[in-house]
Amino acid sequence: MSGHVVPVKTYVFVFLALMVLTGLTTGVAFIDLHAWNTPAALAIAVVKMLLVVLFFMHVKYSPKLTKMVVVAGFFFLSLLVAFTLADELTRNWSPRALDWSTAASVTHSPR
Amino acid sequence: MSTTVIAEIPGHERPSVERVNYLNVDHSVKSWLLTHDHKRIALLYLISITLMFFVGGFFAVLMRLNLIEPTGLVAPETYNKLFTMHGVIMVFFFLVPSIPATLGNFLVPMMIGARDLAFPRINLLSWYIYILGAAFTLYAVISGGVDTGWTFYTPYSSSFSHTSVIPTAVGVFITGFSSILTGLNFIVTIHKMRAPGLTWFRLPLFIWAMYATSVIFILGTPVIAITLFLLGLERLLHIGIFDPAIGGDPILFQHMFWFYSHPAVYIMILPGMGVMSELITAFSRKRIFGYTFVAFSSLAIAIISFLVWGHHMFVTGQSVYAGLIFSVLSFLVAIPSAIKVFNWTATLYKGSISYEAPMLYALGFIGLFTMGGLTGLFLASLATDVHLNGTYFIVAHFHYIMVGGAVMAYLGGLHFWWPKITGRLYPDAWARFAALVIFVGFNLTFFPQFVLGYLGMPRRYAVYPGEFQVLNVMSSAGASILGVGYLIPLIYFIWSFKYGPLAGPNPWGAKGLEWTTPSPPPTENFEEVPIVTEQAYNYAGTSESAHG
Ligand code: HEM
Ligand SMILES: [Cu+2]
Repeated sequence: MSGHVVPVKTYVFVFLALMVLTGLTTGVAFIDLHAWNTPAALAIAVVKMLLVVLFFMHVKYSPKLTKMVVVAGFFFLSLLVAFTLADELTRNWSPRALDWSTAASVTHSPR
Repeated sequence: MSTTVIAEIPGHERPSVERVNYLNVDHSVKSWLLTHDHKRIALLYLISITLMFFVGGFFAVLMRLNLIEPTGLVAPETYNKLFTMHGVIMVFFFLVPSIPATLGNFLVPMMIGARDLAFPRINLLSWYIYILGAAFTLYAVISGGVDTGWTFYTPYSSSFSHTSVIPTAVGVFITGFSSILTGLNFIVTIHKMRAPGLTWFRLPLFIWAMYATSVIFILGTPVIAITLFLLGLERLLHIGIFDPAIGGDPILFQHMFWFYSHPAVYIMILPGMGVMSELITAFSRKRIFGYTFVAFSSLAIAIISFLVWGHHMFVTGQSVYAGLIFSVLSFLVAIPSAIKVFNWTATLYKGSISYEAPMLYALGFIGLFTMGGLTGLFLASLATDVHLNGTYFIVAHFHYIMVGGAVMAYLGGLHFWWPKITGRLYPDAWARFAALVIFVGFNLTFFPQFVLGYLGMPRRYAVYPGEFQVLNVMSSAGASILGVGYLIPLIYFIWSFKYGPLAGPNPWGAKGLEWTTPSPPPTENFEEVPIVTEQAYNYAGTSESAHG
């Protein structure tokens, strides 16, 4: 719409980067990083997502208003995560009668 | 004003059925089903959601019949399906699209002096998506129904219910995309297509409300889509996400569900608030009191509404510390809502008020919404919520907002803009009568439910102790009055569409660009692009037109 033409080279390069990162995700899955398993997978996913949003979705070349809309989207997503964690991480601060992990027959690793 | 047929208005062309407008320009079915005209799409939506309203209402009738007898009339399994399908259809297929997809679709371009929305084809696509979603959900209804409650709480919905959970969830999932497309269309249109001179602070407040609603559509709806998708994955593939027996966390479902569904409550009420600002000013012939406050309170509501969802989870296992935060934030969201109520009331002060049917709905809204909102504060208080959660008090609370507020505003708006949409008047005496019947029926239905809930009658049960029968019979009696109240407008609107007296461009003498064009408007809305030189609601005259 804004008329910016992205060279095909850029697309090819971004595509290759995404492929390499996909390989990396698969590779990392075979190494046990303990507590870092999830953060590592998420970090790679975030990089891939940024590549798609910035280049394939043209946000890098878009007007400020578009960028603001994108940032707002991530901001609200972060609210979902933050407030859910505010519950999740403080749930065991005060004693409760019975919690899900003791009620269910399956035992979980501590949160 | 209302009883006289306005056949000729000095200075305007003589309204004539012959004049080409968006309704008579082409009569073929194809021209309707493939239309790109926002006004026709609004009518397609109007017909669809009206059908869904009566399907949902049918289930409500059966519920209220069941609750006349303490022992119930239908099997408990059937009752569970009735309240679920009532809730799903009313929330996702009637109230969420109600004002935005009908009045919003029709009025957003008209109010800002544009020829259409920014993306007319996407607008049509959104209607087809809605129909597809509705088809899935109606299939679920026919194939035996669903019994999870409209809230789909896990692990019941993912591991235990034997009803059509998947088709229902797919239907709601699909329909969400129609909301997203509508929101997207409105935001781009409001940013890009305002007529020359129509600055942000000259916009009608209905447009501000539509903008705020669109923000919620876009930010919230994807989350409910993902949530239902995960629910489907757990149900079909047994991936442990929500069910504790396979390693999930059911409270996670509630977080994700209410992250959308609390803002969705404001999707339902914000457009109604926008309609209110138009009605109150038009029928008290005054500029709105505190324009900027009302405008920004819409945005404040849109944003704060994303921060309060945990108030639905005070007693479901959420941490008390999170509960504290959510309680405080819930009290905050009452502030912008109260600002609006006070400003509408202040607008009435010293206005020259007239009581046509739309205004009766508007006045009803102020009272009923206030009751719904104030009881919300009882529920947002941690201690009182322990007593009231899961009782009929909740049912009364949200019906005061959703039916007493949103549906009242929707009907008020429909009566207000009906002459613009169809070019014809409806019988005003019947309309006032219906507004009164609805008001009385509504209160008789839902006020006893506050008392029932406070006394401890739980919601979602097919049976109840005998001592609650009197109040339940009152509620059921009210529901039948309310049902009649909804049928009267249906009848005279259908009549008016064909036989109503011609309305002329501006039967109410109201301000706003939509009233400057013929009724019904021509396909391109305005013969020439209007140029705006005055503030909104300039009922006092043109002298102060310079500052906006
Ligand atoms: C004719 C008017 C209406 C009547 C008589 C009525 C009646 C009822 C009844 C009896 C329940 C069941 C509560 C329970 O089983 O414990 C209910 C639930 C509900 N209603 Fe209505 N209703 C009406 C209109 C509406 C409208 C217009 C909406 C649109 C928002 C709506 C939304 C809901 C929702 C969301 C629930 C909750 C479902 C649940 O969680 O169980 N109702 N209503
Ligand atoms: Cu809420």
